[in-house]
Amino acid sequence: MDVLDRIKEQVENNPVIIYMKGTPQFPQCGFSSRAAAALQDCGAKFAYVNVLADPEIFENLPRFADWPTFPQVYVDGELIGGCDITLEMHSSGDLHKAVAEAAKKWPAEESEG
Amino acid sequence: MQIQQNIRQKLEQTFTPLHIEVENESHMHNVPEGSESHFRVLLVSTQFEGKPLVQRHRAVNSTLSEELKGQVHALALHTMTPEEWFAKGGSVPESPPCLGGGKS
Repeated sequence: MDVLDRIKEQVENNPVIIYMKGTPQFPQCGFSSRAAAALQDCGAKFAYVNVLADPEIFENLPRFADWPTFPQVYVDGELIGGCDITLEMHSSGDLHKAVAEAAKKWPAEESEG
Repeated sequence: MQIQQNIRQKLEQTFTPLHIEVENESHMHNVPEGSESHFRVLLVSTQFEGKPLVQRHRAVNSTLSEELKGQVHALALHTMTPEEWFAKGGSVPESPPCLGGGKS
């Protein structure tokens, strides 16, 4: 499958997904670490892709959504932003709301993690 | 200093900011001394009024697309309208420390 189709499928089949350097348990970038921690704090399940472990996605994700940096957080199929936006939304409470709204659309047993 | 100056100049031209800070944070990361790879930008501009954060960041990213394609590896962005800036009393969160992951 073409890498952009692969990304599209991931983004559309998960209520919340983060493309990050490392994993939520072992982040390898301070910005990725903070964004993943903010998502974890929202309490809902989210998917992640370690871009350091997938060179094809690492190379092509920036052009997928015309966003040049990592991490990238998608909620309900839409890019919400990178680390700074995720953290700002977290402190304003908007992240919790957006994540909860997205989770409602996907019954728990169907979500991929 | 060249990249830092270019970033400041381009942002000033594009956004006519009320307040701008461009800080080279490369020393916080695993890069050679004197690198210009990691930056933190604070931009306060009336052009952000009525625009969601994702649109504001896109506008900045596209202004700096040349730099982001080149040496600039990380860009911490804080984009505010003058009203938001005054409401916050003029402070932004510090950027996180590097955790060692490289560019590839």
